[in-house]
Amino acid sequence: MTDRFSVPPVPRPVTDAWPRRPRLVEHSILPGLKLSLGITLVYLTLIVLLPLAALAVRPWEIGLDGVVRTLSDPRVASALRVSFGISLLAALTNAPLGLLIAWTLTRYEFPGRRILDALVDLPFALPTAVAGIALTAIYSPTGPVGAFAAQFGIKTAYSPIGIFIALVFIGLPFVVRSVQPVMQDLDKDVEEAAQTLGATDIQRVTRVVLPALAPALLSGVSLAFARAVGEYGSVIFIAGNMPLKTEIAPLLIVIKLEQYDYAGAAAIGLAMLAISFGALVAMNAVQIYLSRRGRA
Amino acid sequence: MSLQARDKEFLALLGPSGSGKTTLLRVLAGLEEPDSGEVRFDGEDFLALPVRKRKVGMVFQHYALFRHMTVAQNIAFGLTVRPARERPGKAEIKRRVTELLDLVQLQGLEKRFPSQLSGGQRQRVALARALAIEPRMLLLDEPFGALDAQVRRELRRWLRELHDRAGVTTVFVTHDQEEALDLADRVAILKDGELVQLGAPNAVYEHPATPFVFDFLGQACQLPGIVQGRTLTVADWGTAAPEGAPQGAVQVFFRPDEIAFAPADGAGLAAEVLAVAQRGPDVRIDCRIEGVLMELIGHGPTLPAGVAPGLSVRVKPLRPQVYAT
Repeated sequence: MTDRFSVPPVPRPVTDAWPRRPRLVEHSILPGLKLSLGITLVYLTLIVLLPLAALAVRPWEIGLDGVVRTLSDPRVASALRVSFGISLLAALTNAPLGLLIAWTLTRYEFPGRRILDALVDLPFALPTAVAGIALTAIYSPTGPVGAFAAQFGIKTAYSPIGIFIALVFIGLPFVVRSVQPVMQDLDKDVEEAAQTLGATDIQRVTRVVLPALAPALLSGVSLAFARAVGEYGSVIFIAGNMPLKTEIAPLLIVIKLEQYDYAGAAAIGLAMLAISFGALVAMNAVQIYLSRRGRA
Repeated sequence: MSLQARDKEFLALLGPSGSGKTTLLRVLAGLEEPDSGEVRFDGEDFLALPVRKRKVGMVFQHYALFRHMTVAQNIAFGLTVRPARERPGKAEIKRRVTELLDLVQLQGLEKRFPSQLSGGQRQRVALARALAIEPRMLLLDEPFGALDAQVRRELRRWLRELHDRAGVTTVFVTHDQEEALDLADRVAILKDGELVQLGAPNAVYEHPATPFVFDFLGQACQLPGIVQGRTLTVADWGTAAPEGAPQGAVQVFFRPDEIAFAPADGAGLAAEVLAVAQRGPDVRIDCRIEGVLMELIGHGPTLPAGVAPGLSVRVKPLRPQVYAT
């Protein structure tokens, strides 16, 4: 056994100097990457990508100028403007309101807090048509709020304001539920540190609490926006659906479908898809930037 | 309880968890309000001042840094939230930040975010942030509690130097007696919300006021004994009673490393050695004294040859402390 006296092999240095093939995917110690990625891709393809691809293919049946003609129709352009404009406005309105509600629900203890907390989810659960009918009943000129607003010459239902109200209603839970958990997890001692450093209550909120909430808030707002753009059921009851004024793009699609103008409907759908996708990508980019800050 | 910190003093509040040391600190900072009592600073009623006007620098156990701000922004925070007419100019703030970064030895890290720093670095940023407001008092709540032992020791030394240079009255909360004894000018030992003893680290260590303090400040061996006149008798060993010892039945405490060994026929407590284990520079000696199992600590090179498992020796406590039972 000469072996016993031989020098043990020098362990191979595990350093970066070792030539390594660049990898496309960072190696993970968790097994199952191939399986889970495979299922994810198949699922997303079946549920999301294929239908969208079908949508993207459809409008070209009427040719490029057919698509251009459809989209430049004043009625279509106006509907797109109404849909995206009011959706954005409603989502932005929900930002401060949702923040305030989340703040009230997490920061204070009061009787009925849990009931209030449950109420926030109601717009999620209610069939949107039911919400539309209920909102219309209240905000129409004969309803209690609508009649009150009418005294000041404000028309709530059957006007852009009505659409706005419906979209605020369905978007609210997205903002509240995105912000709430983050607000709950905020370290108390960070705020206390701000206080000892001389920050006033307002400075504490604007400079310490809000920046910490910004990524969650933005994510809530973009969810609310995305939901509002696609909203149909609640809006068509309250909007009045006057072409060029209070007609939303999803309704126009339905109208075109009923006229067997499938390609035209798909053209509007494609335009909505492109705009929504662009907006979501932009919001995501900002959100990634915000949450990277201080976490890299 | 009543407690006074002297000017520019480094005062440690030491106690087991639940002794009220952190609460006391938070009362000083104004983050909690006492049910009764008063807090005065330089004669001024502190309780009447809101937190932000007290100008105390507080350092928290878990750093409490602003995650979305860079190191420089964190440190400058206390300056930038000042009302416009008291706020220093941008250049001045920048100068202060650089100065403080030098002080806490984090030069060149001003653009980093807290998440890009190690625990020790984060705590130093927190300290710089607290010092930026030129606090009248520095409050440290277990500042090294979340750090590992090595970093903790390094930072301890460094904190003491920093205190001496900055010259700010510092109140320091810890449950680590070694840390308190090593760092502080005076140590206040708390138990169940009461001040048990206050004094210089050495005085407290050498003359613990109660068995609790003795036990808390280090390892303790305990035996019953009797004091008669000026003599302390433990089992068959008699020695001079410490000064001021109560008469009658007493509890005798001694440190397991403050002992001398003697042959079995010498003076001291009869001990039967059960096991001897080398632990780095020290030797742990398990023995039975008066039927009580004790862990004594000896020093390897100076351990007499007679100390080996199965043998009988005499153990002489060098500085027994005596408390009335």
